[in-house]
Amino acid sequence: MLAALIIVFREVFEAGLIIGIVLAVTGAVPHRNRWIGGGVLAGGLAAGVVAAFAGALSQLFAGMGQELFNAAILGVAVIMLTWHNVWMAHHGREMAGEMRAVGEAVAEGKKSLLALAVVVGVAVLREGSEVALFLYGVVASDGGSGLSLATGGVLGLALGAAVCFLTYYGLMRIPPRALFATTTALITLLAAGMAAQAVAFLERANWLNSLDTVAWDSGWLLSDKSIAGRAMHTLIGYTDQPTEMQLVVYVAVLLLTFVLMRWSGSQPTDRAVTVG
Amino acid sequence: MVAVTMMKRLILAALCASAMLQVSASQAQQATEVHVTYSKGQFQPGEVSAPADKPITIRVKNLDAKAMEFESKSLRVEKVVAANSEGVINVRALKPGRYEFYDDFNEKARGALTVQ
Repeated sequence: MLAALIIVFREVFEAGLIIGIVLAVTGAVPHRNRWIGGGVLAGGLAAGVVAAFAGALSQLFAGMGQELFNAAILGVAVIMLTWHNVWMAHHGREMAGEMRAVGEAVAEGKKSLLALAVVVGVAVLREGSEVALFLYGVVASDGGSGLSLATGGVLGLALGAAVCFLTYYGLMRIPPRALFATTTALITLLAAGMAAQAVAFLERANWLNSLDTVAWDSGWLLSDKSIAGRAMHTLIGYTDQPTEMQLVVYVAVLLLTFVLMRWSGSQPTDRAVTVG
Repeated sequence: MVAVTMMKRLILAALCASAMLQVSASQAQQATEVHVTYSKGQFQPGEVSAPADKPITIRVKNLDAKAMEFESKSLRVEKVVAANSEGVINVRALKPGRYEFYDDFNEKARGALTVQ
């Protein structure tokens, strides 16, 4: 049971952190629970589908289907997170400042909520499909001991949910004035980390081979398999053996977000600006 | 500011393009194939070997009725292999040494790749 608990918790941990951050980011937006909940539900359902067709998926692209699928959905999440930041740089100020027509603000808020719901869905999908595969295998093959393992799985899931709430309430303790800057930084680092992860998947698929030398090994300091390493992996994209390409892409996403936010924030607020 | 953004995009595009070129170049280099079977929660054989300084393709055939995750810290590999199916894992050219791997869903199952 303990083994199942640990395996499931390890997988849902990352999704829990991300959902906690997104909940804090959208704290004041009306109907956000519906959107985030929808993201979780859609991600969970998609995880089941992906798990059911895992064999077929991995056979695609000469056996590299899994890697390319992961890289693609991570790419989507990076775009959504960056878009959210750029959008907030433009609209956050006016939403906080002069009052706008409420209906318009809500309609605009929905666009950003959709982007974040997609991010949540992607996080749940990625982690959930592994949990589903693992638990399905356990229940299908072990019969008798299946019940105790399934109990472990459910407990692991509950712990993951606890991580989500701790993250959320931890962030909500930050004073509102500082919260926006904090969540913007968190979202930017999250996006850069996901982009670096996507690079790792492309490298495994042999689709990306340039600058694939490992830049350093800091495993002695903080292993990315430890729980602290995993938290840092999710939050800022820490890996103990990054390749040069991962570093380049990581820095590029940070720079691009910074530049786009500066640009978007300097645009006049009376006309709609579409970015990305 | 717009000019700077454009420049960033161009740099990114250039990076992507150079990456693509490298891909086609590297595919010409033939990879060594290594076969591992996974059944009843064990790797068969538990010890495999491959030559150094050449890319390696590990083919993991999972004969069990449940999924397994082929994982190795030193090989920088993590791959779920569904029940009764085969997983393909690309590994870059390696220095001589012993690289351990295991099933992340069942850590009792362990094996190693010796590169010489």
